[in-house]
Amino acid sequence: MSQAEKDRSMQLQKDMIGAHFKRLERAPESGEKVVYTFVPGNLTELILSFGALPVLPEVNALQSGLRGKSREYIAEAEKAGHSEDVCTYVKCDIGMMKKGNISPTGTRLPRPDLLLLSYTGCYTFMKWFELLREEYDCPTVFLHVPYQGEGKVTPEHRDYMVRQLRDKVIPALEQVTGRAYDEDKLRELLGKSRTAEDDLVATLHAAKHKPSPIDSLFGAVYYVGPIFSSFRGTQDAVDFYAALRAEVEERVRLGQGPVTPEGQLDEQKYRLVVEGTPNWTSFRDFWKMFYDEGAVVVASTYSKVGGLYDLGFRHDPSDPLGTLADYCAGCYTNLSLPSRVQLLVDYIRDYDANGFVINSVKSCNSFSAGQLMILREVEKRTGVPGAFIESDLVDPRYFSAANIKNRLESYFQMIDARAPVSGRVGVAA
Amino acid sequence: MSDNVHTTMACVVGVDLGSTTSKAVILDLDGRVLGRGVTNSRSSYDRAVDVARTEAFIAARFGILSREVEKAAGEEALARLLQAFRLEQHLQQLTQLRATVDAEIERHLDAERRAQLRNAVAWIVEKMREEELTHFETALEEERSSFFRDAANSGWTRLAEEVALARGLAFDVLLGLFDKCIIQVENAPIELGFVEHIDSALARMGRPEALTRGVRAAVTTEFDVRTTVGTGYGRARLPFPKEQIRSEILCHGLGAHAMFPGTRTVLDIGGQDTKAIQVDDHGVVTSFQMNDRCAAGCGRYLGYIADEMNLGLHELGPLAEKSSRPVKINSTCTVFAGAELRERLSLGDSREDILAGLHRAIMLRAMSLLARSGGIADEFTFTGGVAHNRAAVKALRGLVVESYGERKLNVSPSSIYTGALGAALFGQRLVTA
Repeated sequence: MSQAEKDRSMQLQKDMIGAHFKRLERAPESGEKVVYTFVPGNLTELILSFGALPVLPEVNALQSGLRGKSREYIAEAEKAGHSEDVCTYVKCDIGMMKKGNISPTGTRLPRPDLLLLSYTGCYTFMKWFELLREEYDCPTVFLHVPYQGEGKVTPEHRDYMVRQLRDKVIPALEQVTGRAYDEDKLRELLGKSRTAEDDLVATLHAAKHKPSPIDSLFGAVYYVGPIFSSFRGTQDAVDFYAALRAEVEERVRLGQGPVTPEGQLDEQKYRLVVEGTPNWTSFRDFWKMFYDEGAVVVASTYSKVGGLYDLGFRHDPSDPLGTLADYCAGCYTNLSLPSRVQLLVDYIRDYDANGFVINSVKSCNSFSAGQLMILREVEKRTGVPGAFIESDLVDPRYFSAANIKNRLESYFQMIDARAPVSGRVGVAA
Repeated sequence: MSDNVHTTMACVVGVDLGSTTSKAVILDLDGRVLGRGVTNSRSSYDRAVDVARTEAFIAARFGILSREVEKAAGEEALARLLQAFRLEQHLQQLTQLRATVDAEIERHLDAERRAQLRNAVAWIVEKMREEELTHFETALEEERSSFFRDAANSGWTRLAEEVALARGLAFDVLLGLFDKCIIQVENAPIELGFVEHIDSALARMGRPEALTRGVRAAVTTEFDVRTTVGTGYGRARLPFPKEQIRSEILCHGLGAHAMFPGTRTVLDIGGQDTKAIQVDDHGVVTSFQMNDRCAAGCGRYLGYIADEMNLGLHELGPLAEKSSRPVKINSTCTVFAGAELRERLSLGDSREDILAGLHRAIMLRAMSLLARSGGIADEFTFTGGVAHNRAAVKALRGLVVESYGERKLNVSPSSIYTGALGAALFGQRLVTA
């Protein structure tokens, strides 16, 4: 694979993000309206169809974590009275705001004109926006997404969400932006989403090859960036995913593994499925603990928090509001425990994994609850041993490197001990 | 001895570099234990490994000696020889301590104080020597730590106080000298091995004929170390290839299985971590949980409590066992437990009852890890340094019965060596595969 091609998708993404943040910084002058919203169940196409600009607070928080800023932001939020046990994304965001709302790229973030909350399984999201509303004194609109307790989205759920979109969300956007709802524009954006989604899925599915050409957690966090944040439905996203897909398909053709910070990982001794977020503050160190041992992540749930496209869902331009409802309800964060178990079991089978790791986040009660049960159940159904580690999203105090490394090393040795002939992976397909 | 035919014994070594102690186990190629050694971990892990290995080889050579002469010389004479050997080692380290302290005085103190302090140190060390000799002659069976650091510390502190009072010297300066120099002594490459000291030990006993032949056999045996496998917190420091470094979780699982083949659940409580491990019928780990973020409820917790109560670590268990009405200690945070301890004492609770409560608190934390790892199966083996504490075992047994019903609970007298044993067994597999 040529370096130029590899660089192309990375460069495209960098340019897209840079331009977006500049546009956000200019928003107070340009008059463009700003809508804060969250990744799971985000209504990006709808927001863009009104000419408004999305801001994703949890993406800013994780970026702050990656860039070593979260410690000071969290300290700031704790000074303001937020306890040690509160979700660290929230505290990082609040702290960033209190420190002048400088975005991770160094530009100033504008105040929100609207807080748009699609509630998808995380109760903290609601409290988070309550805090921001208090701070910014701006309108809030709430899309209630019913939990998939029965493991499926019923027609009643769908109707309920479409009704809210029509009667609450769209009027709120109309009021804030001063524009009328333009369904043709929305359809056009949804059509572009669909194209990009196809390419993303082809990229993620490439991990079924041996060696896997990508790392589906540490590499995929970059792959999912544009589509999970402000770019779904844009031509930029279409171009990015086309370029990415071409690069990854070329890697498959050449039998190449993913590129890690220390070179290409071709010797893939462990093919892992990972549940949970990566740790952001020690992202590089955490990744190193995997690739040093020859472990590649072939599928992860984290790379699905902004949409389970690999299971077949695509945005459908022919039914704009219905498809947005389906998207919100189908988010990973809105799945029940049995559905999450089934997803992991399927990934282990489909991606021929020989291990799976749960990284549990203590300050995230919504998703940590039940993870040990998930571990036992997946082990039982697949016969593949699981590992359980604990860290945090963006609070560097909760990443105990020696302890996590010890657990991972033990785990890899345990896989070896249980299956002395581990030759079933690492062979080119 | 040069005319003797040398015997060669093929063996493998497992070393476990723990946060508090470092252990070594030597196995022959059939997996039989030849020797075990332990020392306190120190700032130099390399030195700790050396000492633990040396100690294990000393034990192995005493093993040979014992097989050779047990019938002729009797157990008592052998035990006496071991005491004489320990005395020689101790005296050697005392000499080293004195030299180190003298050098320190020379380097850092003004001329006026030098002479006074040197005299005081000479007096302290001479007294310590005499005490060691008396200790040997009267063959006292007192319970004390076998680590030079601990024994020397208690002697030095007591004698320094005495000499400081008598001669008007600063006690804290004397203590400071010890604290600084004991680290250097521990890390200095002093030869403490069997070959180096057994002859003087034998001489001290008047060279009884019955022992001499065996000593010769033990000295001339050569150990052919085929491989060494390392585990424990300091394992990354070992200059070994990857296959010779094993996680302590796997080592504890395998070691426990070797000692008690029926084991399916292992609890290991070491200095700074607690591990709950499930193993299959080959000793292969199938699941595990470790304490995370916080090391409350580990061996160090007991060390801290011992300090708070001004007791030796080995005194805690026996005291707690005397409790008739254990108090409920809620905090698993080490520092908070210290606070709770002082409050309880001021409320009039007995030390015995408080200690029993603290032991139970540790075990409650372990029970939670055990539950998360998959529960407690039959048989259940408790390993690590804390397993030597009878009150801890008692508290654990009670909680196991409460939550899981009757389980066969195994505790080996050599439980502290479980990790090193597992490492050695991995070594045995490497060389016999």
